[in-house]
Amino acid sequence: MTTDSTRYQPEVLVTGGKSYEDVNNDVSAPTERLPNRAWWVCFIAALFAFSVGAILAIDMFMRGLGVLGINQPVGWGTFIVTFVFWVGIGHAGTLISAILFLFRQNWRTAINRSAEAMTIFAVMTALLFPLIHTGRPWYAAYWLLPYPNQRELWVNFRSPLLWDVFAVGTYFTISLLFWFTGLIPDFATLRDRAKHPIRKFAYTLLSLGWRGSNRNWSHYETAYLLFAGLATPLVLSVHSVVSFDFAVSIIPGWHTTIFPPYFVAGAVFSGFAMVVTLLIMVREIFNLKDYITLNHLEKMNKIIMATGLLVGYAYICEFFIAWYSGVSFEQYAFINRAFGPYWWAYWIMFCCNVIVPQIFWWKKARRNIAIMFVISLFVNVGMWFERYVITITSLHRDFLPSSWAMYIPTFHDWGIVFGSFGFFFIFFLLFCRLLPTIAMAEVKSVMTPPKVALKEETK
Amino acid sequence: MAEQAQKSKEKQLAGVLGYFEDATSLIQATRKVKEEGYVAFDTFTPFPVHGLDEAQGLGRSFLPFVTFGAALVGLSSGYLLQYWTSAVAWPLNVGGKPFNSIPAFVPVAFETTILFAGLATFVAMLLVNRLPNLKRKSFDPSLTNNRFAILIEAPPSREIEDDEPERVLGKPFEEEEAAEFLKKTGATATQKVFYEGWFS
Repeated sequence: MTTDSTRYQPEVLVTGGKSYEDVNNDVSAPTERLPNRAWWVCFIAALFAFSVGAILAIDMFMRGLGVLGINQPVGWGTFIVTFVFWVGIGHAGTLISAILFLFRQNWRTAINRSAEAMTIFAVMTALLFPLIHTGRPWYAAYWLLPYPNQRELWVNFRSPLLWDVFAVGTYFTISLLFWFTGLIPDFATLRDRAKHPIRKFAYTLLSLGWRGSNRNWSHYETAYLLFAGLATPLVLSVHSVVSFDFAVSIIPGWHTTIFPPYFVAGAVFSGFAMVVTLLIMVREIFNLKDYITLNHLEKMNKIIMATGLLVGYAYICEFFIAWYSGVSFEQYAFINRAFGPYWWAYWIMFCCNVIVPQIFWWKKARRNIAIMFVISLFVNVGMWFERYVITITSLHRDFLPSSWAMYIPTFHDWGIVFGSFGFFFIFFLLFCRLLPTIAMAEVKSVMTPPKVALKEETK
Repeated sequence: MAEQAQKSKEKQLAGVLGYFEDATSLIQATRKVKEEGYVAFDTFTPFPVHGLDEAQGLGRSFLPFVTFGAALVGLSSGYLLQYWTSAVAWPLNVGGKPFNSIPAFVPVAFETTILFAGLATFVAMLLVNRLPNLKRKSFDPSLTNNRFAILIEAPPSREIEDDEPERVLGKPFEEEEAAEFLKKTGATATQKVFYEGWFS
């Protein structure tokens, strides 16, 4: 320890008296041995789910969008719901890696790698849905990208749907860069450990020749800080722009100014719930309990509860503003949400997102693996239904009762949504196998320095 | 070994590497190396060590200027793309909005700002660190694991000009002396390293 006068005792982030070498061994181990049975079971299940979705999607492309439940006026169905759901999931990773980095929350080091991976795979999954939703994804580039073409037509930059293309595309690119930058030193570690020539070659390529020179670290750290600074407004902008898809229209229940902050809070809420779900499994399967400790999970649960309260506030505020506005269409939209034909969806959402997380007021619940796992699943379900409620209940009854209709998702709807989970988990499981799930270099920089001198003597 | 020596016909000494077991002694030793007057030296750590930049006398990275410049380019090109396509190339009346709808162009201009700045920062970081360079590897696997090192570099093979100031050259390099000096500052082991084509 340094000799300056500060007697600040840092929080113990890594338990079990680990040395730097232990960090390498423990984190690299899953990438260096054949996967265990639990991994294979999960992987085959994910492959199965993805094939179901893929087959149904291909069937849908061949037969047309008529196989789905969408109709007039409900032109946005489960695909848009699931798009918003996955983009929301994708917010936690960058929040953890960027915002918590700027706030010097050192506990983020244990979870940022897997949370960022989750972000990237969630955004990839999300990006599938607007494309599938068009019914002719191979034409999507014509409509979405501003490129010079023979028709001399350009995309409509006044449309929030196009803002979405830029927002989600930028978010994906920057998240990927941020993630890869963080991985470079860890790839170097894996390269130096690798014995098999193929592994050695692959990690040599990925590490780009990183050698840990401090002249390099100096620039690297600056770049990392800059990425965090860039990603922070970006992460807040992405779900704001997604909410503009709704809020810029004039549909009752969508046309509200609360949408951007409400969507961002909901995104962080659902993203953290998904991180907790995944981390509980990762730390169990790969035996990383000394790195992803109960303290980490407890902090996550606190954020889940805080953002859950924000979301609950937004639900109630929407009702208040509808009443206060005096607009009968707006008032009806909200009465219809809670007590109309989709009342069950509304109350699933409300219970899962607002009532259930209240158990986290108790410290025992925040530190109980079983309880937090169940609650994180509830939140995931609740947040999917939140988007369902927003999308469907507003569309199915707007201004004119003559144009009202019900929306009933079909087998194709559910099957493709189910398949998206398979798509996500295929990538996530491969990530757990092939890349270090914990940022080794970052964990080493925040852990208590091991007593090396003593060790040397005993050697 | 014999093969290796043949491969690089004149295997030239690149410097002397001293190993340290913990970050604190590395920082202390780095200070001493700098005080001794060495200029061409670098440290190698498995993770970023705070305080090492000062000990080594490294200034602040210039990367923020790259980021800022790229952000400005991103902002203006994002806005100009929207302005040109919506108001010049094919002016189209959408909902009675002006052709140059400034508020509607903010989100995309913001996203391109971030996109350009992020990509430029990444590329600049790689270039300034001379990455990717697949010929490079760690001097020792322990340097990405749990050990730290100082490399005192041998003078470059180029001819040294007579009028080159001393602050650029630093203390003249003697292999034995440098190794002894590193031992004295607390290095637990020293090692000679050779040019293998990745130094500048």
